Amino acid sequence: MSRFNGDACAGGPTSVGGLRPSWIRPLLPWLGASVFLGLFFFYPLARILWLGLNPSALITLNLDSLLLAVHSLGFTFYQAALSTLLTLVIGLPAAVLFARNDFRGKSFLRVLTAIPFMLPTVVVAAGFNALLGPNGWVNLGLMDLFHLSSAPISMVGSLGVILLAHVFYNTTIVIRLVGNALSHLDPRLEQAARTLGANPQRVLGLLTLPLVRPSILAASVLVFIFDFTSFGVILLLGGPGFSTLEVEIYKQAVQIFNLPLAGLLSLIQLLCTLAFSILYSRIVIRNVVTSAPRPAESNLHKVRSVRQKLFLAGMLVVLMGLFLLPLVSLPLASVTRLQADLGVRGPVQYGLTINYYTELFINRSTSIFYVPPFKAIGNSLGYALLTVVLSLALGFPVASALARPGRLGRLLDPLLMLPLGASAVTLGLGFIITFNRPPLAFVTSPLLVPLAHTLIAMPFVVRSLQPSLASIPDRLRQAAASLGASSQRVWFAVDWPIVARATLSAAVFAFTISLGEFGASSLVVRPEYPTLPIAIARFLSQPGGLNYGQAMAMATILMVVCGLGILLIERLRLPGAGEF
Amino acid sequence: MLELVDIHKGYEGKPLLNGVSARVAAGETVCLLGPSGSGKSTLLRIIAGLETPEQGRVCWDGVDLAPIPVHRRSFGLVFQDYALFPHMDVARNVAFGLKMQKLAGAEIDLRVADALAMVNLSDFGSRRITDLSGGEQQRVALARALAPHPRLLMLDEPLGALDRNLRAQLMSELRRILHASGVPAIYVTHDQEEAFTLADRVLLLHDGKIVLSGKPERVWSDPGSVWAAQFLDAGNVVEGTIISIKPPYRVETPVGIFELGRDVVPVPVRDEVVPSPGKVGQAHSKGEKVNVLISRRGVLQGAQGNVSGVVVDVIFRQDGFKVTLANGLDFYLPDAPKVGEKINLIIPQAAIKCLS
Repeated sequence: MSRFNGDACAGGPTSVGGLRPSWIRPLLPWLGASVFLGLFFFYPLARILWLGLNPSALITLNLDSLLLAVHSLGFTFYQAALSTLLTLVIGLPAAVLFARNDFRGKSFLRVLTAIPFMLPTVVVAAGFNALLGPNGWVNLGLMDLFHLSSAPISMVGSLGVILLAHVFYNTTIVIRLVGNALSHLDPRLEQAARTLGANPQRVLGLLTLPLVRPSILAASVLVFIFDFTSFGVILLLGGPGFSTLEVEIYKQAVQIFNLPLAGLLSLIQLLCTLAFSILYSRIVIRNVVTSAPRPAESNLHKVRSVRQKLFLAGMLVVLMGLFLLPLVSLPLASVTRLQADLGVRGPVQYGLTINYYTELFINRSTSIFYVPPFKAIGNSLGYALLTVVLSLALGFPVASALARPGRLGRLLDPLLMLPLGASAVTLGLGFIITFNRPPLAFVTSPLLVPLAHTLIAMPFVVRSLQPSLASIPDRLRQAAASLGASSQRVWFAVDWPIVARATLSAAVFAFTISLGEFGASSLVVRPEYPTLPIAIARFLSQPGGLNYGQAMAMATILMVVCGLGILLIERLRLPGAGEF
Repeated sequence: MLELVDIHKGYEGKPLLNGVSARVAAGETVCLLGPSGSGKSTLLRIIAGLETPEQGRVCWDGVDLAPIPVHRRSFGLVFQDYALFPHMDVARNVAFGLKMQKLAGAEIDLRVADALAMVNLSDFGSRRITDLSGGEQQRVALARALAPHPRLLMLDEPLGALDRNLRAQLMSELRRILHASGVPAIYVTHDQEEAFTLADRVLLLHDGKIVLSGKPERVWSDPGSVWAAQFLDAGNVVEGTIISIKPPYRVETPVGIFELGRDVVPVPVRDEVVPSPGKVGQAHSKGEKVNVLISRRGVLQGAQGNVSGVVVDVIFRQDGFKVTLANGLDFYLPDAPKVGEKINLIIPQAAIKCLS
C-alpha cells in the first residue's frame, strides 16, 4: 500500500522535496532552450537592432548606402510580388486539379510538386543551372538542334530564372492550402447554387472563389514571405545583377564589411517579415470560420469530358516540365562530361563519366585555401550530427512541456518559434556581430555553424515532437498504472514506442535542415571548414568542366540524402499531424 | 408534369436504380420512401440534373430534359444538411435564386420578405447562417428553394438531422407550406411517419424499382409484398397454405386459419415482386403457399377468436398496449392482459391481407 502512496505523491506537483520551490519545476524544461535562445538569438538580435538604430553608426552611412537600401528593398518587393503572382498562376489550377480530379499518377505528381519545398537552395540552384545554364540541357539541345556555336538562352543570371526557381519552390504551398480548402468545400453548396439557377461561371464567382479566398490569401502571403526572404536562389542563380535585402545584407557584411548598413537592412527585413507574419496569422485565424470540413473524396471527379482531358494534359505538361526537369537534369549533369576541364585544351570528350564523383575524394590543388569536397562532406556530416544532438537536447524537454497544455506553454511557445520568423542571413549576421569580441569571441570557431543550425532546426524539432507527445492519452498511462505498472514501466510500455518514433523523425528533420542550410552558413562558416552547400556554391562559381561537374555531383549527393530524409520523415509522421 | 421513364443508374459498378418510372402531377406532393442506400437521393439528383442516368428519360410536360443543364431546369432542391451559403446572411441566401433570374432589387426584397414570412423567419434576414439553429437553417433552406417559384420542389430528407420534437413541428409546418405554395413536390425520406404525414401519394423504392405507389392509407393497409409489409412494419407476416379456392378463400397458417375477403385473390409466393397490391389474379390452386399480413389493429379479445396464444410480453404504448404472444404475433389491444395468460383474439376479415 505504501508503495502506491509514495508513487502518487511523487507524481503530484505539490511535494517536490525541500530543495526546489514548486514554481521552479514547471520552468525546468524551458531552461536549456531559453538560455540558448537568449544567448544565440535574442542577444544577437538586440545587437542587430542596436547596429541598425545606433545614430552614431548610422551617421557613417552615406547617401549611396541609403539609396542602395531603398533599391534593394524595392527589388525585394518587386521580385517577391512577381514570384507570388506566377506561383498563383501555376498553383491555383494545380490546386483545382488535385482537389477536384481523380487521375492515374496523381499521388506521384503530388509528391513531385512537394519535393522542392524541402530541398536545399544550392540543390535547386544547381538543378536550374543544369537545366538552363550555359551548359544546361536546354542550351545544349538547342545548340545541337540548330548547330549553334554558343548558348542561345542565357536564363541563368536573369530575373526569369529567379522567378522560375521561386515558383518551383513554393507552388506546393498553394496546392496544399488552396487545394485543402477546395476539397473541404461542401460540394452541395455548389450544387445548391446550380439548382437555384447559377451557371458554372457564376457558381465560381459567387460561391467557390469567395469561399476559398481566405486560403488563397493565406497561401499568397506565405509564398510572398518565402520569396521575400529568399537568399540562395537569388545569390546563386541571379548573379551579381540582382540584390534583395537578404543578398545585400550578406554582401555588406561579408564582402564590404559595412556592418552598420547590414544592420539597417536586417532591421528593415525583420520589420517586413514581422508585418507579413502578423498578416498571415490574421488571415489564418479568419480562415477557420468557413464551412464545416467534409470528406475530401466527395469532391473528386473522374476525368471524362474533352475539356477536362485537355486541362489535365496541359497541367501534366506544365507540372512535369517545371518540377521533373530540374530534378532530373541535376543527376544527369553529374555523370556527363559536357565541357572541357579548366586548363585542358583540344576537343572535349563528351560522354558519360563517374569522374566527378571519384574526383570528390582527390585533393589536386596545392592551395592551402582549397578544401577538397570530401572534407566539406565530412564537415557537413559533423555539423549535422551536432545540430541533431543539440536541438534534440534543447527541444525535447520543451516539446514534452508543450504537450501538456498550460499557461506557461502558451506564453513561451511563440517566443520559441520566433527564430522561424527571422531570416537565416539575419541570424548569421547576428552571430558575426555578436561573437566577434570578448567575452564571446568565437567568431572564428567552426562551432558557430551547428549553433546557427540548431537555432533554425529547433522550432521544427519542437513542432514535430509535440503532436506525437501530446497524442499519448493520459488514460493509457492511467490504465497501465492501474494494472500495476510502476512509473518507469509505464513510460517504457506506453510512451517509449511513440516517443522513439517521433524522436527519430525530429532527428532526421534536424539533420536534413543542417545538411542543406545555406543562408546562415554563408555568413558564419570558416573558409577552412566549409559545409557541403558552401562548397557546392564555390564550385558552381568557378569555371571549368571539372568544377562544374563536381558541383553537380555534390548537389546530387545532397539531393539524394535530403530526399531520403524527407521520405523517412513522411514514413514516420503520424497520420494527419503537422503541416506548415 | 414530371415524368420519369425507365431510369437506370449504377453506383460503383452495381445497379442502384433499375428501371424507375413515375409521374408527379401538378400540385401533388409525392413521397419517395425507401431504406437508406436504396437510391432515393440519386434519383432526386438525376431529376435535378446533377447526375445523368445511364438509361431512361426525365421529362417535363412531355419534353426530355436531358439537354437542359441544372441551372435552367428551375427545380428547387432542399438538401439534407441544407447547404446554406456560409458567406452570405439569411436574406442573401434566400435572394440568391432571384438574383440569378435577374429580377429588380425591389422585387427581390419583396419576394425574400414573402419567403421568410412563409417560414416564420421574418426578422431573420440579416442573421448569419452560423448563428442559426438546425430548425432555422432548415426553414431558410426551404425559403431559399421556394423563393424563385420553382416548377418542382425536391426535398432530400430535409428533417433527417433534427431531433424528434422539432421534426414533428416542422413536419406539420412543411405540410402547410407545401399545400399553400401549390408547388408539386418530391419528398425523399426513409421515415414512413414523415411520408404518411406529408404525402398525397407514396412511392416505395426497393431494389432500384418503384414497388408500390398509392395514397398513404392504401399503401399502409395493403402493402402488397412481404418486403413492403416488413419495411413499413404494417403488421404480422405469416406464411400459410391455401386450403380453399372458392370464395371466401381460406388460408391455413401455423397460427390459425384465416378467411380472406371476397374480392381478394391470394397470390402465390414467388421470387419476383409484383407491383400493384391486392387483386392481381394469378393462377392458384389448393395447397399453394402464400404469405398473409395480419394487421395489429382492429383486433378484439373474445371467446370465438380465430387466434389464440399465451401472452409473453406487454408493452405500454401511449394509445394502448402492444401484446406479444408465444407464437410470435403481436397486436395492439386497448386493455393489458397479464403475462402468462392465454388469450383469444378475433381477427376480422379486413385485418387480413394477402401478400405476393
